[in-house]
Amino acid sequence: MAQPSATVSEPGRSDAAPVLEARDLVKRFGDRVALRNVSISARPGELVAVIGPNGAGKTTLLSILAGIQRPDGGEVGHVPARIGWVPQQPSFYSKLTVAENLRLFARLEGCADVAGALDRMLEQTGLHDRADSLASTLSGGNRQRLNIAIGLLAEPPVLLLDEPSAALDPRQRERLWDFIFGLSAGGTAVVYSTHNVQEADRYGHNVIVLADGERLFAGSPRELERAVGEAGARDFEAAFVEFLRQRGH
Amino acid sequence: MRWLLLKDLRILSRSPLLVAMLVIYPIVIAALVGFAVTSGPDKPRVAVLNEVPASATQISLGGESVNVSKEAKPLFDAIHPVYVHSRQEAIDKVKSGDVLGALILPPDLTRRLEAATAGGGQPPSVEVLFNAEDPAKLRFVENTIKARVQDANSALAKKFTQVAASYIHLLATGGRFSFFGQTFDVLGLQRAEQILHGLGGKVPKGSAASMQLAQVTQFAHLARQNLGLANSVLDAVIAATVTLMFVTVLLAAGALALEREQNAFLRVVRGLVSRTGLLAEKVALAALCSLVVGLLLLAGLSVFVTLPWSRFALWVAALGLGALGFGALGVAMGALAREVRAASLMAFMASLPIAVLGLVPSGAVSSWLYDVVRGVSAAFPFKPTLEALKSALSHSGGVAGPLLHMAILTAVFTLLARLALRRFAVD
Repeated sequence: MAQPSATVSEPGRSDAAPVLEARDLVKRFGDRVALRNVSISARPGELVAVIGPNGAGKTTLLSILAGIQRPDGGEVGHVPARIGWVPQQPSFYSKLTVAENLRLFARLEGCADVAGALDRMLEQTGLHDRADSLASTLSGGNRQRLNIAIGLLAEPPVLLLDEPSAALDPRQRERLWDFIFGLSAGGTAVVYSTHNVQEADRYGHNVIVLADGERLFAGSPRELERAVGEAGARDFEAAFVEFLRQRGH
Repeated sequence: MRWLLLKDLRILSRSPLLVAMLVIYPIVIAALVGFAVTSGPDKPRVAVLNEVPASATQISLGGESVNVSKEAKPLFDAIHPVYVHSRQEAIDKVKSGDVLGALILPPDLTRRLEAATAGGGQPPSVEVLFNAEDPAKLRFVENTIKARVQDANSALAKKFTQVAASYIHLLATGGRFSFFGQTFDVLGLQRAEQILHGLGGKVPKGSAASMQLAQVTQFAHLARQNLGLANSVLDAVIAATVTLMFVTVLLAAGALALEREQNAFLRVVRGLVSRTGLLAEKVALAALCSLVVGLLLLAGLSVFVTLPWSRFALWVAALGLGALGFGALGVAMGALAREVRAASLMAFMASLPIAVLGLVPSGAVSSWLYDVVRGVSAAFPFKPTLEALKSALSHSGGVAGPLLHMAILTAVFTLLARLALRRFAVD
């Protein structure tokens, strides 16, 4: 059995036990193998970026970790009782207000203090002044904040974000990452998938590279750059592309 | 599940067009059916030349003396008669366009009618004159004549029915009956049932005689009930069932598909609500709304049609279980179609033929085709709902069978929907 991706973690947290750990995950859709023996782990406060070309298996990996799909092989261990999951598309009801959406999902998540969770998330996401606005009237950035807020209602120790910054403009993206950094600083482990490899470099403590359902790399962004040598010296994106090329992708 | 139900009701309340349709639809249907039931077409002007002598208006029918003029009154109520005194006057009025046509009743009409109903002689005939220059008018006149001839036939048949009904009433309740000057005392099923009940106490319980007596008592009770049928509420039953089907199927299919369209489905079923729980919630939502709409519709129809309010609990049971059956059918469609528009279209397109098949009467098609139609109808909740509602609104047949049928269909369609949910969230 392969070892979990004991990635280089944030200094000062590397000795902490993983809050999320999955080993040798396999997922098939008919004849197509979406994941082949993929392992991943995350420690408290760690930011783990999952990157790879289209169809690499990023969303499949996150949905298995979230409990949406069952793996055909491998095991998901060290799973906390609650994992926050934020799908790529805003997943809430456009005909309900921000507060009504948060209240509903807090109840569905089984939050003991629904009013408290609502206030906390409105405060944390800065959506207090839009609490009574219909979700359909929110901007793209605010919709994504509401989307993430729903995932955080149960105060999960692990948050899974599927391409959280897709469809956001640079300013909204910056605010989103400030928010996610705040969560990480508070001890929440964040695993996110992204197409934007610069986001993996800038915000990820560790990076997992997937291609055709296979984990090609697990380590820090600097380790990835070193792995390709001089060919990838220009920047992280160049190193990533070169890394895939060297591995035949 | 309670929170999801409240959420859906809140979303519904924020869709004014949908709410308006849910409120207006039953009112419009009730009004249309009500007017259709209670009002007839405009009366055409028809010249009438009656050559039947006043002394020949009485005929003998089934041993009873019948006044033909009196029985023909409904026929003349259906037209605006313009009485004329000669054949030429009738022709002139038709030519001038003053009347749509002319009806000439020959002097031997009643004599021939009497002979024909007794099983002999030539059938009576009437002469109809109309202007055939205008093809559209010709078609209208021909249709009108056919309809009026049917009216005349049904008027005659109605008289036969009345005579037969009086005998059936006598059989059901008992009483005195006179025939050729002699009077008989008829026991009747009602009195027979009372006597049998009285005897039941005197026969040892559990004995063979007691069981046989119970069967006879039950037969007398059922026979009396069925012979007592009088009200035809089929129009109300059909209107309520069709409304129930459309509202429930569309709402359930749309509400489930909306969960996917809003990307909320996976998030919801990750939490405290299971996939089966979500289906149950959608079925309950659609059934609740359509039950209210169905009851409103029946209440509206009761203005036009006499409905038995004393059997209200049975109305609710029939409508409620029917709504659950349609709700389950709706979620199955929603789970298969996955998108709101596709689900709505599927619900609409499937509902129409299901309703049409459910309304095909026996004898209207060949027997093998009717068996096929009956088999297909049995696979959907329309027919059993129709049967249950018919039983609830008139006293015909039992309600338990159709209710059980609907319960089974609810379970089957919910299971189908649950299977379809496996690929519901897959892109």
